[in-house]
Amino acid sequence: MDEKHLNVEVVDSTLREDAALFEPIRRTGKSFYITLLILGVVILWAVWAYLHQYRDGLGVTGLARPIFWGVYITNFVFFIGISHAGTLISAILRLAKAEWRRSITRSAEVITVLVLFFGVGNILIDLGQPDRMLNIIKFSQFQSPLLWDVSSITIYLAASSIYLYLPLIPDIALLRDYGEKWRWFYRILSLGWKGTERQHHLLEKGIAFMAILVIPVAVSVHTVVSFVFAMTIQPMWHSAIFGPYFVAGAIFSGIAALIVAMNVIRKVYHLEDYLRPVHFNNLGILLLVMTLLWFYFTFTEYLTTYYGGEPIHMAIFWSKFTGRFAPYFWGMFLFCFIIPLPILSFKRTRTPMGTLIASISVVIGMWLERFVIVVPTLTNPRIPGEMVLYFPTWIEWSIFAGCVAFFILLYMIFTKIFPIVSIWEVREGREKSMAEVQERIRTYLPGIGVE
Amino acid sequence: MHRWGMVIDLDKCSGCQACVVACHAENNIGIIGPEESAKGRTISWIELIPYIEGEYPHIKARLLPRPCMHCDHPPCTKVCPVNATYKNEEGLVAQINYRCIGCRYCTTACPYTVKYFNWYAPQWPKEMKGSLNRDVSIRTKGVVEKCTFCSHRLLKAREKVKAEGRDLLPEDYIPACVQACPGGAMYFGDLNDPFSTVSTLSRERRAFRLMEDLGTEPKVYYLSEGM
Repeated sequence: MDEKHLNVEVVDSTLREDAALFEPIRRTGKSFYITLLILGVVILWAVWAYLHQYRDGLGVTGLARPIFWGVYITNFVFFIGISHAGTLISAILRLAKAEWRRSITRSAEVITVLVLFFGVGNILIDLGQPDRMLNIIKFSQFQSPLLWDVSSITIYLAASSIYLYLPLIPDIALLRDYGEKWRWFYRILSLGWKGTERQHHLLEKGIAFMAILVIPVAVSVHTVVSFVFAMTIQPMWHSAIFGPYFVAGAIFSGIAALIVAMNVIRKVYHLEDYLRPVHFNNLGILLLVMTLLWFYFTFTEYLTTYYGGEPIHMAIFWSKFTGRFAPYFWGMFLFCFIIPLPILSFKRTRTPMGTLIASISVVIGMWLERFVIVVPTLTNPRIPGEMVLYFPTWIEWSIFAGCVAFFILLYMIFTKIFPIVSIWEVREGREKSMAEVQERIRTYLPGIGVE
Repeated sequence: MHRWGMVIDLDKCSGCQACVVACHAENNIGIIGPEESAKGRTISWIELIPYIEGEYPHIKARLLPRPCMHCDHPPCTKVCPVNATYKNEEGLVAQINYRCIGCRYCTTACPYTVKYFNWYAPQWPKEMKGSLNRDVSIRTKGVVEKCTFCSHRLLKAREKVKAEGRDLLPEDYIPACVQACPGGAMYFGDLNDPFSTVSTLSRERRAFRLMEDLGTEPKVYYLSEGM
């Protein structure tokens, strides 16, 4: 469709104002298809790798006794962690009435919903008998922390999908009214949204309710993920701090993933006006807080182990500090703390580019963190045996790459169907919240005639 | 009600591994070859593990036959999401192979690492296929397996006893490893019977269990002088 056609269509003048947000849906460039193709190839490669595993068994991985869990379980914890970016951050910012949230909530919420599938997917990939996965429902044994995961993640997926969908409705209605393609599709999804006072009231209520509901659910999700490890009596897993440690780590990696995603969207779709340096600065501060919190938890966890000095724990402790896992452990420390800390500490470096570098570092570091939690404990079981080393095979790396590629692909497709920045919320911010914020500030201050 | 348990006298054990071989033959355990074995994928329901106490020069090393401990408080059954491993009323920790989804949670939760996983479908050399035990089901790839205290022998014994119209005697049900032990170092029986051999031995001065401090209450007792 050409420019003229749009101008005829556009009745609402503000539609022109936010034209940049419709642009990704209206027009798809060559580079999009090239990226799609590359991602498609990676995904097909991963599917082929998985078919190998499905046919021959988990023997094609690097796993062995006693290292029964490896990259797949690491990925599971990692992806579920990333999912904490979206819904949780968005809910907290919404409830805190942080006005700068308006242009970032959508891109965050999408991460949550999409990445959850890969968290769950990795558990299924890890199963020796994936055909029997429905046994989890048929023969549920609720004493198992895995069942807690299943329940918690299912609720989380449902809640965050609703939480993504609700604020989408007014934007879908915009696309139904002014868009050029798939109007029938948007008509169904818009649920008859007309933007009346009553509808707005109901929507805001719904969003507020979901925002509150989703916070405890999100916290529970990563707590029970940690319980998978903490409920066993294995050394350095059986730790009471694991729940909060995992939740903090999840939010940490989640914010980092969000900053990476925002940087990409900003560059690719030219949304510099919507995702401004201030957004990266603010998220950067949040990431800095999480960096310090992560260090605090890590420090506490390892100091307690070291001070207690039980031999069975110390074997694992030293394997991480100076032994076989030292490269992973210190790599984690470098990526999670040493690189991001100085970048995020100074306003001068808390730029989009600065936060991007820090965030990429954190995402890598947090993957290593999950690996360093899962593998060393299993490598040093209580009963001495033959020393077995775990090196992931090409199959495991391929499937990991496939998961990442598939996630990016779904995210890209989402931006082509729905606006990745919430249009109505940005508008609402422009039209209403200036006055609202002024009014709110008045209520804080003494001596300005509000009871 | 019976409470099946095992006693292994380490002072009599010569480390000959007859128990290991007998178990392999009895329970249709797959042969995986040297390459896979080097990767740590051998399946061995009973295994001789080095048990080292103290440090040089006051070091004590033992070879210790290690079957499943059949704990009274098994850490593995709690974590199974599908009830594919559970403790039955006679204290045996059982596996339902055709229900197992292969998540390997029980294998990681067991502090004794007695559980094994079928990384590939089990295989045997052609010559051995004819001698597989028909009383024990063959596992598929992707499921967990472990020592059952030869519970198929208990089933068989029960049927025999029923047919003969008498009570189950101690010698009716004995696992393959105990039967094969040339040194007579292994005993098996009912721990609930105060006069059974295992019950008496388990209360002996030399008796101990592995990692008793974990509270798992294993039903495998070891006897050893000064350990």
